[in-house]
Amino acid sequence: MTAVQSTPGPAQAIDAPRSPYRRSKPTRTNFELYAWLFMRMSGVLLVVLVLGHLFVNLMLGDGIHQVDFAFVAGKWASPFWKVWDLSMLWLAMLHGTNGVRTIINDYAERNGTRFWLKMALYVAFALTVVLGTLVIFTFDPCPIGADIDASALPSFCPAR
Amino acid sequence: MARETDATPESTAGAIPSFDVTVRIRRYDPEQDESPHWEDYKVSVHGTDRLLDALHIIKWEQDGSLTFRRSCAHGVCGSDAMRINGRNRLACKALLKDLDPSKPITVEPIKGLPVEKDLVVDMEPFFQSYREVMPFLITSGHEPTKERLQSAHDRERFDDTTKCILCAACTSSCPVFWTDGQYFGPAAIVNAHRFIFDSRDEGADLRLEVLNDREGVWRCRTTFNCSEACPRGIQVTKAIAEVKQALLTRKV
Repeated sequence: MTAVQSTPGPAQAIDAPRSPYRRSKPTRTNFELYAWLFMRMSGVLLVVLVLGHLFVNLMLGDGIHQVDFAFVAGKWASPFWKVWDLSMLWLAMLHGTNGVRTIINDYAERNGTRFWLKMALYVAFALTVVLGTLVIFTFDPCPIGADIDASALPSFCPAR
Repeated sequence: MARETDATPESTAGAIPSFDVTVRIRRYDPEQDESPHWEDYKVSVHGTDRLLDALHIIKWEQDGSLTFRRSCAHGVCGSDAMRINGRNRLACKALLKDLDPSKPITVEPIKGLPVEKDLVVDMEPFFQSYREVMPFLITSGHEPTKERLQSAHDRERFDDTTKCILCAACTSSCPVFWTDGQYFGPAAIVNAHRFIFDSRDEGADLRLEVLNDREGVWRCRTTFNCSEACPRGIQVTKAIAEVKQALLTRKV
């Protein structure tokens, strides 16, 4: 009556039924919240910035025929357009990159694929943003220097 | 067959029209099949029959190996959610005459959860995310000596999300859930919503913290699949949006 009852255990080779479902670790940050909010706010700003950009370039003045090197040089002579184009570049790149990031998260099925796709995305983002920012800040239509061929400069430069 | 003899006395006046329908079921027997395959069954049914009745005829009279879940058979227990003609519905609430019986009616297990046999899926991932949002009353302080009273207005706030029967029709209709099953899913968020907006509950912050996760409400793409799939007509996407709003303003 008091004999210890031995419970028959499952065979060693068989997995325990319903092994626990593996969830990824909780993140405990507000990153996704801010990313979600950023998408909405940058979206609204981009509508204004991009439509403004298209209107000024393609509708005002001579329209599409005015866009040439001199036109761009003229626009970037003013700090207003520098700031406009810089914010357009950064907002569009962040907005687009975050959008593609969520698409990768939604559609990539393996963690490895997800990681490498996102790495490629971030490298493309960094290259575009660095190059674009560099051009906006260092753009000089009339560079001055000894090794510069004056005849190659645009016609509106004083050195010519 | 027994069914047909039952029907003959009625076939004079006020008879229920009966018709033949082809049910195309996604069969999978893990002990024999390498992968799931379609199989057609022809059944003679009445105009008042639901898809569940057709499944019963198949199981009881044609192929006893057909496996599916059902308990109450009246749209309350939430056992028989399946993908019917490509849409998640309860088999016990889908009338055959509404499913275009002129064409084969396709029946598949709900997507995104591992299939165990035929129409039976492993619901564990679904229930695990349900448990993680703590779907129970959290309070502090002394127990009241009578019921925890609540005004009709306060009750109204979360009335819609109390209707959930955990059938998984919404979660398994969500494209974000299909990918890797890590997303908490509409059902877990609906059940979190039910307590987050309950004036008697004090655990809203805990639940909001859980749903602020990478796999939480921010993975919702508002495709409205869940709202369309819900057999109880819960405005699921709206509930998710309200949780998002509560997270943004930290106010419930």
